[in-house]
Order: sequence, then structure tokens, then C-alpha cells
Amino acid sequence: MDEPLLLRNGTMKRVMNIHPGTVGKVLLGMLPFILTIIVYLWASGVRLEANPNDKLMPSLTTIGAAIERLAFEPSKRTGDYELWSDTTASLQRLTLGVLIAALIGLLIGILNGAIPLVRANLSPYITILSLIPPMAILPILFIVFGLGELSKVMLIVIGITPFIMRDLQARTLELPAEQLIKAQTLGASTWQVMVRVIIPQILPRLIQAVRLSLGPAWLFLIAAEAIAAEQGLGYRIFLVRRYLSMDVILPYVVWITVLAFLADWLLRQISYRAFPWFHSQLQDKS
Amino acid sequence: MSFIEVNDIWKTYGDNVVLERVKTNVHAGEFITIVGASGCGKTTFLKMLLGTEYPTRGKILLNGKPIPQEPSEDRGIVFQKYSVFPHLTALQNLVLTIELEQSRWLAHLFGSAYRLADEQAREMLAMVGLQHAANQYPHELSGGMQQRLAIAQALMKQPKVLLLDEPFGALDPGIRADMHELILKIWNQTKINVFMITHDLKEGFYLGTRLWVIDKIRHDAQAPNAYGATITYDIPVGQCDNSTLNEIDQSLEHSRKEHAA
Repeated sequence: MDEPLLLRNGTMKRVMNIHPGTVGKVLLGMLPFILTIIVYLWASGVRLEANPNDKLMPSLTTIGAAIERLAFEPSKRTGDYELWSDTTASLQRLTLGVLIAALIGLLIGILNGAIPLVRANLSPYITILSLIPPMAILPILFIVFGLGELSKVMLIVIGITPFIMRDLQARTLELPAEQLIKAQTLGASTWQVMVRVIIPQILPRLIQAVRLSLGPAWLFLIAAEAIAAEQGLGYRIFLVRRYLSMDVILPYVVWITVLAFLADWLLRQISYRAFPWFHSQLQDKS
Repeated sequence: MSFIEVNDIWKTYGDNVVLERVKTNVHAGEFITIVGASGCGKTTFLKMLLGTEYPTRGKILLNGKPIPQEPSEDRGIVFQKYSVFPHLTALQNLVLTIELEQSRWLAHLFGSAYRLADEQAREMLAMVGLQHAANQYPHELSGGMQQRLAIAQALMKQPKVLLLDEPFGALDPGIRADMHELILKIWNQTKINVFMITHDLKEGFYLGTRLWVIDKIRHDAQAPNAYGATITYDIPVGQCDNSTLNEIDQSLEHSRKEHAA
């Protein structure tokens, strides 16, 4: 703790006014992770002692062996390094799906936000469409697009595009009217207002929207892979579920979490580098 | 012929009469300051000049032609805030005006065309005293500097009319005095028509060549919205003594109280 906890008269500060220092922050942040691992190791030890063949909570050695088999030894069946081929397959689907969703969301969101005629035309339709639970139409996607890559990418696209569209429409409508009027007094046409005033200001907000959609995107990816796939992180987890292979499932879940974290971190870094004005604006408000 | 003719305009929203029987003529080069209680319709009037609001009845003529009913290049505007683009540096904010004019589809200039625009923009920055802030984003500028930039941006298009909607309302008194100096310098150099809304009667007297007071003449205590406001005082500044100033001040105070009641 960097600051004194006690006031000059000897009483303690209100809890809401006590801020951890830099080191304190890191330690406090690490604590839940460390506790989780300790609790797991303890519980796993207790179970394995009672039954050495217990599969539910494998020991670190068993998990390590599984990781080595999946990541560093070619599969006997296919000759692939399974962890890496699963990761590439999943990331390809995810990236493609999110990219397509971002592009459609940007285009429709901005048009809806900026052009009243388009908004009157499309906004009610999109509001209704976005209420359809994407998982409910997954069978339709499999029927229409087959069991290949396309249907998995489509599920992600259908799952997150409505949110991005509606979010960007709202963000576009939030741009101060003064700016749009000012641009017109500078002689800008509708098109020029879009390319020089609206799009550059919406791009950092698109990154924000994509960051928020990554969670659902993973959900749809794993769901689609669980039902029909030949490789992929979600496929593997659901495949080995039959053998109760927690030694594979657990590291896969951790790996997916790491990937999700990295994707989010990367997007945040891009946004900070590319749109410094946007982030200092946010700081002004907070 | 007058530069701007306001022919008996009315503005109503349903039963709510905002402005009524506004008639006036404005000659080229006049600097008109507009005061009035808040909610009296002075901003509505400015928006009609800008083209974002339209009179319910009557017409406004600019150079003998009906004023265009959307914002255009001949009428520049500076609002109290949000008048510059936050995603562009000070310099880019000004270069943009040239890019919009010369590059219809990309709205970007390159090479020698860009260098020329850059030069023009820097000249304008120097005129409003922002040459040292060329590469700063608006959020890095103080309120006064942002308004300087907003004025510079509006002037890049050499509009015939400059509309100012309480442009210095959010600034500290000291900064405000600097801004007064700047706006008078610009007006002296360009002889542009200025319409400026202000809360500050003294500011109105100091800056303008002509002062308008917008207020209600008729009142109905039972139906406060039944009558609209109009120009109640139209005084050439300079031919005005302290007693007139006090008179206007009192009449504004009166309608302010009525508004509050």
C-alpha cells in the first residue's frame, strides 16, 4: 500500500478511499489465479489418492503428458500436430467470420446512422432480425451451406453482425450534429461527410464493438465445431468428452482463454496506436 | 438592395409560437449581435439563417434569393462546442476544407496539390495565432484555441456570412477578451457579415455595429406560448448611451423573471 491507511487522528480511512499501490495491484490481481490452482491441485490430489484411475481431475503430470502428445508429437491417425492444426482451423474460421461481420456491420451501421432514408428502410428489419437466436437457425445453415467451413463461418457472421450493426448505428447517431452541419458549411457532400467525418470517427468504435463481439464469436465457433467438424478446438473438446479426457479438455480450455485474451489485447493495442485522439477523448469524459 | 431581407417570418411548433413578425434588412458588412433571454428564439433565428430550420411563414432572402434550406458554403458557422473535428489535427482540420473542394471522391489531396493546401492552411493558422499548434489534436487545445480553430476553419471557405452561436460562452473572461480582438480583426479585414448570439449584453455592445434584442412584446399569462418573440430593439451601436443599455438590461431581466415564473 502506497498511501497511509490511517488518518492523522488515528482512525482508518473509508475502504472506498484506499487504493492499492502498483505492487499491491499486481499481487491482488494474481491472488485469485493462484488460489484456483492451489484448490485444484489439492482436490485433484485428494481424489487421486482415493482412486488413482480418477479421470475427472487429472494431475499436472498427466495434463503435461497430454499437452506434449497433442502439441509436440504428430498424431498417429493423421500425422498432424493436433493442437496446432486445431488452432489454425479455429482461428481461420473465427477471423474470417469476425472480419466479414465487421465489414457488413460497418457498412450497414454507418448507412443506417447517417442516412435517414436508409434508416427508415432498414432499421426495423434489422431490429427484428437481431432477435432471432442464431443457434436456432444453425440447422438451416448446415442444410443450406453444408457441413463444410462455410456454415461455421456463417454462424459467426449471423451471430455477431446484428450487434455490430446496431451498435455502430447508435454510435453514428451519437456524433454531434454540430460536426455534420459544420462539414456541410465547408461544402462537403453526403459522400464526403461519410468518408472524412463519419467513417474515421466510427473506426475506433468498430474496434470496440468487435472486442465485445469476440466472446459470442467464440461461443458460436465452438458450438458449430462441436456439431460438425473434422478439426478445431471446439471439435477436439467435444470429441474427447466421450473418453472423459479431462487431461485434454482442461488445457484446451485454458488455451482458448489465452487466445481470446491475446485477440482482445491485440485489438486494444491497434486502437491505441491508430486512434490516439479517440482514447484521450474517453479519458476526458471519465 | 439589402444583402439579407427578413420578410415577416413566423416560426411555430404546433400551438407554440416561437417567433412572430420578424422583419428586418441587413446590409453587407454589418456585424450584428443578438441578445435575448434563453429560450426566446434567437438560436432558432440563427438556425434559419444557417438553413437547418425553416420559417413557418415568411421568407428570408440572401442577395435577393430565398436562402437555401440546408447548410452551404456561403454561410459559415461556429458553435459553442463540437465545431472542429476531433479526429484531425489543427492543420488537418483546415486542410480538409480545401480537400473537400478539390477532391470530390477521395476527399484527400496528394503531392503538390497537398503542399499548396498545407501552405494555405498554415497561413490561416498563423492569422488566428495557432501556428505553433498545427500538429495538435483538438483535445490537446484549450477551449479558446479550439474556438480560434473553429473560426479559422469557417473562414477557409470565405463565406459571405459568419454565424456565431455563443462562441465564447464557455470561455474565461481573459480569453474572451482575446477572442473579441480576434473577431474584430477578422471582421475589419474581411468585412464579412457577422451574426453573433451572445448572453452578454456588454459583449454585444462592444463587438457589433448593430444590436438586436429578441423578446416577446405581447404576453398572455394563461398561455405563455401563444405569442412569439420578435426584434424589440434594433440599435446601431455607437449611437447608444448608458441609459439605453440599462433600459435593455431591465427589459431582459423582466422577461427572464417571467420565463422563470
